[in-house]
Amino acid sequence: MSDQIQLYEVFIRSSRGLDHKHVGSLHADDAQQALEYARDVYTRRGEGISIWVVASKDITASQESDCDSFYDPLDDKPYRHAAMYELPEGIDSL
Amino acid sequence: MRDSIPLISNEQKFQSRIDAEQKVEPKDWMPEKYRQNLIRQISQHAHSEVIGEQPEGMWITRAPTLERKAILMAKVQDEAGHGLYLYASAETLGVTRDELIDRLHTGASKYASIFNYPSLTWADIGAIGWLVDSAAIVNQVSLQNTSYGPYARAMVKICKEESFHQRQGYNIMMTLMQGAELQREMAQDALNRWWWPSLMMFGPHDAESAHSAQSMKWKIKRRSNDELRQQFVDQAVQQAHAIGLAVPDPDLVWNEQREHYDFGAIDWEEFQRVVSGNGPCNRQRLAHHVSAHKEGAWVREAMAAYEAKRRTVPAEVA
Amino acid sequence: MKLHDPLTRYVVRLGDDALIMGHRLSEWMSKAPFLEEDIALSNVALDFVGRARLFYQYGAELMGGEVTENTFAYQRDVRDFTNLLLCELPRGDFAFTLSRQFLYDAFSLPFTQALCNSTDSRLAAIAAKAEKESRYHLRRSRDWMLRLGDGTAESHERCQNALEQLWIYTDEMFERDALLDGLIASGIAVDPASLRSTWLETVTETLHAATLVLPEPQGGVTGGRKGIHTDDLGFLLAEMQFMQRAYPGLQW
Repeated sequence: MSDQIQLYEVFIRSSRGLDHKHVGSLHADDAQQALEYARDVYTRRGEGISIWVVASKDITASQESDCDSFYDPLDDKPYRHAAMYELPEGIDSL
Repeated sequence: MRDSIPLISNEQKFQSRIDAEQKVEPKDWMPEKYRQNLIRQISQHAHSEVIGEQPEGMWITRAPTLERKAILMAKVQDEAGHGLYLYASAETLGVTRDELIDRLHTGASKYASIFNYPSLTWADIGAIGWLVDSAAIVNQVSLQNTSYGPYARAMVKICKEESFHQRQGYNIMMTLMQGAELQREMAQDALNRWWWPSLMMFGPHDAESAHSAQSMKWKIKRRSNDELRQQFVDQAVQQAHAIGLAVPDPDLVWNEQREHYDFGAIDWEEFQRVVSGNGPCNRQRLAHHVSAHKEGAWVREAMAAYEAKRRTVPAEVA
Repeated sequence: MKLHDPLTRYVVRLGDDALIMGHRLSEWMSKAPFLEEDIALSNVALDFVGRARLFYQYGAELMGGEVTENTFAYQRDVRDFTNLLLCELPRGDFAFTLSRQFLYDAFSLPFTQALCNSTDSRLAAIAAKAEKESRYHLRRSRDWMLRLGDGTAESHERCQNALEQLWIYTDEMFERDALLDGLIASGIAVDPASLRSTWLETVTETLHAATLVLPEPQGGVTGGRKGIHTDDLGFLLAEMQFMQRAYPGLQW
């Protein structure tokens, strides 16, 4: 494929109630063609009811070096996790 | 407090992540050798899938029943798909598909030498599906735990799809063995020709493999060549015997103590010959790929030109 | 293998179209311009082979006895095949294949849509599945006509040449032969002649958008429905039927 043909990332929702999951990438001319190829490449066994394609260049990603300042502040607030809270014996529906 | 915390190098951080069975993902820092090792391994795996379309692909127009025809078409299509998943994984490491195809064409990149053998009869299609795909599965199941995330995920997808490949091949052999004498002979002949090359698929004995040790340390490779080869032999021999086929190895014998089959010596000279380009079909396999790629150049150019025009022309005018 | 019952002949005719089309498309596997397209073409090929099998299986039931789908595919010679000539032409280059595909798809969609209303429930059921596939096939092949027609000078020329070569084979799609009269009257078969204007509209619109020129009307070459084929079909069958002819009467 010449360099001008774009790389697209493919996301598939395999059944109702689930999130779209990243399954891989492919090369295509435009988004419509990417969608059609995604159907042929990634859903031959009925693995998808919804496909999203995004040009790879349009994805903004965090850097690994961001980890410390980007993620650590989120990790020191255990009160956000249900496991922190003890429950009385016999209560298991909370 | 800060002064007493030892500085950990990137390499140490990386290795401890590996040791802790964590995955390495595309934007992570990684040793350059790790990146190159992976690019080599993933792209060669991808090339193998694509070149692998040929020996079976050439029997699609000759498949003896409509059902076999459809099954074979679906299988070869899967192989193209697997190649695509793997090229996509390799591209996350900073290399383009164009570059990888170029390396294949110049010989800088290799593909599994098993595909340098001809598919002479319909029984070969059975043998290839049964043995070559079995060997691939043994290897790929192990790779589902490889350290690089995109590669591991591609392996999980591929493994899900691969089991039908192995079964349809074995089913062909089984049907032949239940048929006329000429069919049984055809099946046995195919096994005789594909058995040893299948064992060679697992590569040299580990002591002799240049890449093995580092690959194991980085958990790119999870189990040794010999371990995987032994697993393959144990299951394939049982499968062969179950349908009345004889394995072409006079030294094959069940070892009660090891609880594995002992098997004969592999002809490493043949392996070297085929790997270095002098197998029966090396030239044809590569020429086929080069030619398809060249003939397709005008199509790819047309796509790029069409897309470029649309980007420069506003929607209402087009 | 002479077929007499009109319904059986019609069903097998539709099976022949699908099988030969699917077979030609399958010849692209491992030879496509890039991997994504290899996979996409294979899907279209599989759709056609699957469709052929549905038609042939129905035909086999109608005939009864030892006849199976494979009897139709592997035990008949050139003179007994009744597919359109358009289907059997060699695959040519990518422009030829996609142009042929587009010209056929533009017919196949309205055809399968109409066949959904067949009074024969089995044919209607097959048509329902085929119509969904044809819709997708047409979108795909139409997009390719645009890309190739309005791509580079080379792709444009290859496409235009392909259309010029294919055009004389398009009339046959709309041919209403004697077999169809009774079947159309009873609502079983589709009158292909009635689809020509829809087809021409689709083709004209697409070619115009693709900057391609509609070829001049020419006398059509027909004969496929009567078993009068081009030289190409014999070679196709020789390859396809080799195993069954060389080793008759065996299970594979």
